[in-house]
Amino acid sequence: MNTQANPIGEPSPLAAPSSTSVTRPFYWSVRRELWENRSIYLAPLSVGGVFLIGFLISTSHRTGNMHALWIGVHEHDLTATPYDIVSGVMMLTTMLVSVFYCSDALYGERRDRSILFWKSMPISDLTIVLSKATIPLVIVPLVAWVITVAVQWIMLLLTSAVLLANGLSVSALWTQSSFIRTSLLLLYHLFTAHTLWPAPVFCWLLLVSGWARRATLLWAALPVIAIGGLEAIVFRTWHFAALVGTRLIGAAPEIDLRSPDTLPTNPMTHITPANFLSTPGLWIGLILCAVFLAGAVRLRRYQGPI
Amino acid sequence: MTLIEARGLHKAFGKTIALDGIDLRVEEGRILGLIGPNGAGKSTALNAILGLIPYQGELRVLGRNPWTERDQLMRDVCFIADVAVLPRWMRVSQALDYVAGVHPRFDRGKAEGFLAKTDILRTSKIRELSKGMVTQLHLALVMAIDARLLVLDEPTLGLDILYRKQFYDSLLNDYFDRSRTIVVTTHQVEDVQNVLTDLMFIRHGRIVLSCSMEEFESRYLEVTVRPENVATARALNPIHERQVLGRSSLLFDRADRQQLASLGEVRTPSIADLFVAVMGNHAGQRQGVSR
Repeated sequence: MNTQANPIGEPSPLAAPSSTSVTRPFYWSVRRELWENRSIYLAPLSVGGVFLIGFLISTSHRTGNMHALWIGVHEHDLTATPYDIVSGVMMLTTMLVSVFYCSDALYGERRDRSILFWKSMPISDLTIVLSKATIPLVIVPLVAWVITVAVQWIMLLLTSAVLLANGLSVSALWTQSSFIRTSLLLLYHLFTAHTLWPAPVFCWLLLVSGWARRATLLWAALPVIAIGGLEAIVFRTWHFAALVGTRLIGAAPEIDLRSPDTLPTNPMTHITPANFLSTPGLWIGLILCAVFLAGAVRLRRYQGPI
Repeated sequence: MTLIEARGLHKAFGKTIALDGIDLRVEEGRILGLIGPNGAGKSTALNAILGLIPYQGELRVLGRNPWTERDQLMRDVCFIADVAVLPRWMRVSQALDYVAGVHPRFDRGKAEGFLAKTDILRTSKIRELSKGMVTQLHLALVMAIDARLLVLDEPTLGLDILYRKQFYDSLLNDYFDRSRTIVVTTHQVEDVQNVLTDLMFIRHGRIVLSCSMEEFESRYLEVTVRPENVATARALNPIHERQVLGRSSLLFDRADRQQLASLGEVRTPSIADLFVAVMGNHAGQRQGVSR
């Protein structure tokens, strides 16, 4: 036994078996998802990269007209224009990444027969399903946030450099921005409107991916289309379709009825956690999530390769 | 100690009965070969033992219910179900990291040692490896796990003879000891003839033959009978007769060796010979019944 004290690395013998037997397999299962699905970070990274290139080009075009750039800085705060667009584009990317990830998560392992390997490891189906649900519910928004903030920082520094090089003051840019506050608001927005709110959609996709033998997205969409269509014929209303739609685009109720000229992606327009948490729709959605995930765990137990 | 105990194990897929009330007992330190034609129920039996499918009847593996306790069971049980089920996108190093991360009984050094004897590169993706190399990698991972029961379901299907030979050689030399137990199904019965300690034939979801290899060697004899002795030999009630190069070869169960020696050349049959005899007879009986 190593006598060198290592309080973190060596948990007490009594606590060790229970805690490591749960967290270690979970941690490695999440890591394995990231190994397999590199689009989780490559997609937002490449979008960020393309955006930066675009921003560079547009800035270099405008260097001839420094005044316009300077005015531009004064007219908008940081969340406006390019900064706003980059977070908006990133949120769209996030949504796509999560939808495609979830629709393949419990289907791909059956299709390529690797489920026989995963099931030969001492990991419960619950751990596996939770590790897969962690990707759209934690990892994807976190990655999107880090990359968005990084891109916005680089943009801010670039603008400052251009202004400074032309002998203009950057004080307005840095005083108006309150960069950290904006970043935290973006984090809040990503985890509420783009994670918790559409969570039932992700969990539904996970459930269907554990059941379907092919074309998961189609099978996931069919009941939605069927129920929506039935409602349209019988009641001549579109409530169900609208409901699913708002979940998908991340439009939480407190976002509705905002001044139409602000983009919904602008985090400044809706910082109302109390409002959000008191929405019954949120909690109904989360209960649905639990039901869908429980179904996915049960399905995975029964399913073999296809 | 009994590792696997099944009583009245039954499994049906719709109207197809895959397991028709199997009784099974596997003791520690044995290498059991489960042999049967396609669709006989071998894989179904193994899947039930591994907790991959629900079943009816009584089944305990290492004292556990495999269906409800699969994750705990997998600490002591390893399996290779089918060839090349390792995820194709994974790198060899990732596979090592992953198993080291999730399996409490995995000895990474041991696995690295096994891999060092192969041409497998640590940086390769599994999709870049040949089928034989994927099997080598899977075997290296599995042999580095200190498990009590190893289940192999057609582990060498589609591999060339060199890989197959090497597979069973390393299993015997580097892995098997008297405290471990292996259950294997394969169609390449000639590969496992000298590997097994126990033999079980399964057909239409039932066990049609079950014996140890010592018993097999003492019980079954094959005689290539001289033409003039054919009638005498047939009177001794052989379980199977076949023609080899124009001469009759008869297979006997529990016959007197010296008596047979007087009729022709006596030898221990191969598992394949017995398989054909037993399965062929059953097919004949079935036809007889249906007529």
